[in-house]
Amino acid sequence: MIARLTRHERQNALIILGLVALMGAVLGLAGRSDPLGWHGLLIVVFAAGLALPVLGALDAPEPTEDRESAYYDDPTRLGILLSMGWAVFGLFMGVWVAALLAWPELTFVDSPWASFGRLRPAHTTGVIFGFGGNALIATSFHVLQRTSRARLSGQLLPWFVLLGYNLFCLLAVTGYFMGITQSKEYAEPEWYADLWLVVVWVAYFLIYILTLARRKEPHIYVANWYYMAFILVVAVLHIINNLAVPVSFGQAKAYSAFSGVQDAMTQWWYGHNAVAFFLTAGFLGMMYYYLPKRAGRPIFSYRMSIVSFWGITFMYLWAGSHHLHYTALPHWVQTLGMTFSVMLIVPSWASAGNALLTLNGAWRKVRDDATLRFMMIAAVFYGLSTFEGSFMAIRAVNSLSHYTDWTIGHVHAGALGWVAMITFGSIYYLVPVMWGRERMHSAALVEVHFWLALLGTLVYVFSMWNSGVIQGLMWRTYDESGSLSYSFVDSLVAMHPYYVARALGGLMFLMGALVGCCNIWMTIRGASVSVPQDDRPADRNADRNLVAGE
Amino acid sequence: MAMTEKDPVTGRETTGHEWNGIKELNTPIPRVVFVFLGLTFAFSLLWWALMPAWPLGASYTRGLLGADHRQDVSRALGAAQRERAAWTQEMESLPYAEIEARPDLMRVVSESGRRLFGDNCAACHGAEGRGGPGFPDLSAQLWLWGGEPETIEETLRVGINSTHEETRYGQMLAFGRDGMLSRPEIASVISFLRAHAQDVGEPDPRDAQGVEAGGAIFAEQCASCHGEDARGLKTAGAPDLTDGYWLYGGDRATLTRTLVNGRQGHMPHWEERLTLAERRILTLYVLGLKPAEGGPDDS
Ligand code: HEM
Ligand code: HEM
Repeated sequence: MIARLTRHERQNALIILGLVALMGAVLGLAGRSDPLGWHGLLIVVFAAGLALPVLGALDAPEPTEDRESAYYDDPTRLGILLSMGWAVFGLFMGVWVAALLAWPELTFVDSPWASFGRLRPAHTTGVIFGFGGNALIATSFHVLQRTSRARLSGQLLPWFVLLGYNLFCLLAVTGYFMGITQSKEYAEPEWYADLWLVVVWVAYFLIYILTLARRKEPHIYVANWYYMAFILVVAVLHIINNLAVPVSFGQAKAYSAFSGVQDAMTQWWYGHNAVAFFLTAGFLGMMYYYLPKRAGRPIFSYRMSIVSFWGITFMYLWAGSHHLHYTALPHWVQTLGMTFSVMLIVPSWASAGNALLTLNGAWRKVRDDATLRFMMIAAVFYGLSTFEGSFMAIRAVNSLSHYTDWTIGHVHAGALGWVAMITFGSIYYLVPVMWGRERMHSAALVEVHFWLALLGTLVYVFSMWNSGVIQGLMWRTYDESGSLSYSFVDSLVAMHPYYVARALGGLMFLMGALVGCCNIWMTIRGASVSVPQDDRPADRNADRNLVAGE
Repeated sequence: MAMTEKDPVTGRETTGHEWNGIKELNTPIPRVVFVFLGLTFAFSLLWWALMPAWPLGASYTRGLLGADHRQDVSRALGAAQRERAAWTQEMESLPYAEIEARPDLMRVVSESGRRLFGDNCAACHGAEGRGGPGFPDLSAQLWLWGGEPETIEETLRVGINSTHEETRYGQMLAFGRDGMLSRPEIASVISFLRAHAQDVGEPDPRDAQGVEAGGAIFAEQCASCHGEDARGLKTAGAPDLTDGYWLYGGDRATLTRTLVNGRQGHMPHWEERLTLAERRILTLYVLGLKPAEGGPDDS
């Protein structure tokens, strides 16, 4: 990897790492009597750990002249591995918190870090940002280059984005164990980590813009629209929701710029659009490249992909208030959130339909190829969870589902069924391509992973639907005297069997991911075949080989 | 020039663009998409007309139905209160004996009582009211402050060692820590206690030592609260030490801890969190709790 950098670039890498380490040292010193001190130390160690191999290879031979005539895939390769690593961590944390809900006495260490409240965000951050985020960065770099026929912009910039992003994830997760959190769901990290992410994210956007500007195709492929919406909107959401004032430069704690119901609305405007632009738009970008590629079929409808893109982008931004039905939020805001959520079903289903109709003519492949089947099932779950979401956004329905496991079931129908499945499918397509192998080491193991994942998802989602509806009904059942029939503890007792089932479903899902890791590892270790001749950027000096027609 | 081609499967033209092998069909958007977009938009228009919906500077469109979720809640709460008034008034005002004679009211006690107990009391006293170390077993029906319904109602109202102004106040002194008794003296009192109480569990070889001396110390130091006969004093909330029921434990180690460090349990007050009717339901409910088969549970 370092061999592909010139000596000058290696020196620049060292300078950047030095600056990062310096920043860590300053934070560490300023915050030495605060948990912030540990994070300063972590940043220094992280930068030093990266600087060592660069230093060691500083005088290694320079890259050959023709590096510009190949795609820049090293960051994608590392991104895939990081994504799988985070998947194992995040899913394991998921199984752990699921087990804690089923058997609370499992809190075997009497120490704050081992409590449910600290483990849970380690799960959500691990899977969403660690697993999902790395997969998005890795695939977006790949898709961007292939659909632009241009090499990624910058030599260091992609590394800065990938590694800087992982530093953010590390700060987030280690912070939770130490009790560092601003208690905003999916936006838990404190001010210094948030600021760092802004820097990384701007660099990410820059890569996208610069590479697209150099593209050799007349049109920008729709996948890139989705990836760009993901990058741009997440930046806006992240900055606004995290506006806060630190107690001091030496303390991790900061206070939000918002309070009361404004704070709640800002948070769920962020929260819902994190779902929309992180967990949906980004992964739709993934789907729009890997699904037609694997199926060997043209996209069913070009127009539908454009219309759904604008539909999703426009309507999602209004929908956040459905997370705050029946709260202190004014009624009219809830009405808007609800109606836009209902309309949102149309572009969502148009996207899911576009994906499934693309498979027409390739259903045999779906039957025989577990990789493509991962993507197909993902599209089905995407349709399912968006329908469910629009339904739950209706106030009357939400009065039953809110605060119950139904929400958790919905989340995981989307997260396991859609996000994780489309990611695994894309990774199984991508690994042989990236490491120049004929195919995955074992098609049978992909098949095993597929069934474990599907079964795990179904067990998870069905048990949470049951549990959620039972819970919701128990909380609103009255006896003849007009008093509630059940105590909260009664509903907990009723949920126990479903919690056990959910933990088992999650365990299956985790085992599938472990099988996937082994398979990927064996594939990488296997024999390579030569890279196809045409898998390279268009000649730099060549004219755009297609005339911009429309 | 971009070349369009015909897709053999669908018979549709492609758009002529290609990205690394990916093409797109020029399929028009299916009609259903527009139909559903129209339907959901029409629904939204209707809903905006009926409900509070769009902001207008400092105000908002009120909607034709005049709905307002804050008023809806107050109205629903009011209706529920009126519906329950039929029995809540009686529950609040009738003497306990009369309530106990009324099957309809006693049904409310057993049904609502179970739910109220589960939501408010079970966290400390256990789902069945059987308590645990430090938290009294209510089903044993052995009362620190007295077992008349009125007394229990008062305990619920003000709590024990709580933040209520009129709280019941009880404390077992830290005889060892505060230097009132030496370790050997404490050991003798414990022998004395264990010799006079029922059900003290495993016998201990030390039980035989200092029983008499312990009796003398008891009379001097403990009897003022626990009574000459060690049967407790309800006005001070001091437990009966002979009945075999131990709040913390009757083994020598636990008793030693109790005497050395003292005890002061905490029971919250419920005057602000529960209505009078609810507190009276709970009073009757706990009086009706039955001990487990074979005596007070030890769990
Ligand atoms: C092994 C598989 C998994 C298991 C066992 C699992 C388990 C759990 C559990 C027990 C919770 C807490 C629920 C509660 O507080 O009641 C949770 C929350 C959550 N999980 Fe997972 N999870 C898994 C995979 C995933 C994946 C792959 C994602 C995302 C890509 C994900 C995203 C989330 C989110 C967003 C929440 C928070 C939901 C909310 O607050 O409404 N999970 N998970
Ligand atoms: C049309 C699309 C969708 C709509 C209208 C929608 C709507 C909703 C609604 C109404 C809730 C429950 C809010 C509450 O009662 O607290 C919810 C929760 C959630 N949804 Fe969706 N949903 C959609 C798609 C998705 C997808 C595809 C995912 C993917 C992963 C997803 C992830 C989540 C998460 C993580 C939460 C939990 C948030 C929290 O409370 O922590 N949603 N969604």
